[in-house]
Amino acid sequence: MEHKTEDLEGIGRRHFLRLFGGALGGGGIALAATALLPEAAAVADKPEIPGYDWNQHRWSFGVDATKCIGCLRCVEACKVENNVPKDPHHFRTWVERYVTLEGDEKTHIDSQHDPVNIEAAGADGKYRFANRYKDAKVDKAFFVPKLCNHCTHPACVQVCPVGATYKTEDGAVLIDHTMCIGCQYCVQACPYGARFFNEEIQATDKCTWCYHRITKGLNPACVEVCPVSARVFGDRNDKQSPISIFLRNNRVSVLRPESGNAPNVFYVGIDKEVS
Amino acid sequence: METLFHAAPFTGYVYPNETVVPWTVLIAIYPYLTGLVAGAFTMSSLYQVFGMQRFKPVAHFAMLTSLCCMLIVPLPLLLHLGQPTRALNPMITPHVTSAFAVFGYAAGFYVVLLLLENWFVFRPHIVAQAQQRTGPLGWFYRILTLGSYDLSEKAMRYDKKWIFALAIIGIPGAHGLHGYVGFVFGSLKSREWWSSDLMPPIFLFSAIISGVALLIVLYAISCRLRKIPVDLDCMKGMAYTLWGFMLFALLLEAVEFASLVYRGREGIEVILEYVRGPLIIPFWTVQIGICSIIPVSWLTFMIWKGTKGNALIAGTVVSALLVLAGVLMMRWNVVIGGQEIAKTGKGLLTYHMPFFERESAVTAAVLLIAPFVLLSAAVRLLPPWNDSEAHP
Repeated sequence: MEHKTEDLEGIGRRHFLRLFGGALGGGGIALAATALLPEAAAVADKPEIPGYDWNQHRWSFGVDATKCIGCLRCVEACKVENNVPKDPHHFRTWVERYVTLEGDEKTHIDSQHDPVNIEAAGADGKYRFANRYKDAKVDKAFFVPKLCNHCTHPACVQVCPVGATYKTEDGAVLIDHTMCIGCQYCVQACPYGARFFNEEIQATDKCTWCYHRITKGLNPACVEVCPVSARVFGDRNDKQSPISIFLRNNRVSVLRPESGNAPNVFYVGIDKEVS
Repeated sequence: METLFHAAPFTGYVYPNETVVPWTVLIAIYPYLTGLVAGAFTMSSLYQVFGMQRFKPVAHFAMLTSLCCMLIVPLPLLLHLGQPTRALNPMITPHVTSAFAVFGYAAGFYVVLLLLENWFVFRPHIVAQAQQRTGPLGWFYRILTLGSYDLSEKAMRYDKKWIFALAIIGIPGAHGLHGYVGFVFGSLKSREWWSSDLMPPIFLFSAIISGVALLIVLYAISCRLRKIPVDLDCMKGMAYTLWGFMLFALLLEAVEFASLVYRGREGIEVILEYVRGPLIIPFWTVQIGICSIIPVSWLTFMIWKGTKGNALIAGTVVSALLVLAGVLMMRWNVVIGGQEIAKTGKGLLTYHMPFFERESAVTAAVLLIAPFVLLSAAVRLLPPWNDSEAHP
């Protein structure tokens, strides 16, 4: 009798283990199936914008660095338009200053977060380049506006564990803040330093090319305020758009082409040390 | 109110957004803990799978240690997340191209494996206690039996098969989990300091040495607490294991560093500036000098001289303590170091660890102590001691 009970219990345990194994196997199959879903879901779940079809557009951005005067209106406009934290450590767009002094081979680079420039600006939300080279003999100097490159093969999208950041059909790389888990893996993966963690919303943030504006036929805020047209934006599907003309008339380059990210912000007039 | 962020001071040119260091001390703790898991599991499989009888005194203890560390592993990640309530989303809606999306599954699988294996190993004890004890503890053990009280010879043979099979699956499981942590860093092309194919094996070998070192220390402490002599054969075996794996780990790190310097790609000037400046204390002095060269030389000396008795125990334990500190330093130098070298390749940042915040020194310390608090409770509930002295 006792023997029989033991046997039954043995069978019970084996049954339990078999069930458990089955559950694991089932879970594995479910995983394999769901693995295919997010890619499809990202496209199916496109933003609903009245009168806008993202299959009709192919946005790109151009920067003519020879025109930029470093006034930083673009940076201030971006902060206001996109509710970016006002401190000098979080930027959707920024401008870099490259200066070579006479008799000095080294290029001096600074931007808004440099302590000297922070002091010159005087307050959060205002940005200035301090006149720090006024007593020096400047051999060469130029400004380079920077922003998210909305890459064709974005490393940030590749690494996002939940697909919160995605590539739209019209070429922008966007972040769904309601999905972002705030792991900052994308911040690490971006070779351009275009992403930051927005502590106010506890999610990653970056330039969207003012997606809320461009889908209504407006220019991004930075393009709108630039007094010298150093920033160019438009639809490459439209052969007469500013960006199409810019790309047709200039020989352009991109930042860090070796990264394989294939940026969609095209530059004119940048020097060898710009990356 | 807690400050929202800390801006890191810098030299040279760094991107404006880089001045807030994304991954803090907690992300350095995370690979350290997974490393201890993999290393402790290696120790237990040397007995369970490879049949090395000299490791019998620590085999079950190693498994319990591995489990206790593994239960804490998700915490540093959880505490780091901006949106901790979405922590399970990578498992529910995984984005398959992300190196990180698999973590939940890999870790979950491994926790289940460890729980199962521990259950099989400790089943005789659980059943015995469930039948003897009354009160809350009795209930605890009765729940742990999962309704199975069969300790017949046939059932034990059956259990043994499972223990063996799980240990075999566990070897690629534990090492895969940790090699994959190395991949999370090594696969990023944005940082020269991380971007290396050698990252997974480097993480793996450093993990193994940290786990073995941990068991050496814990085993010595446990013998002292239980007032039984240290099994010298076991201790010597662990010293050999630590020594052997250390040689591999050091070699891999040296090769990785040499190829980084030799390739001399863009930004190498700044990397060398970093290596010669800020890394003098944390890397050259602590990680390489005190925590690698000293223990490996000492272990070599003891093996060469055939040191025995208390000198062997003392030497091995001190070496192991140094190795534990060295691997922690290595995690720091990889995770924090990688972020102190700017992506611009033209500047350096300085990360300051806050003392008392969500992601701070205190949190890190608590997370590092937590597995051992768990372990001290676990060894009381499930005594893992195999040595004859423990069962008079």
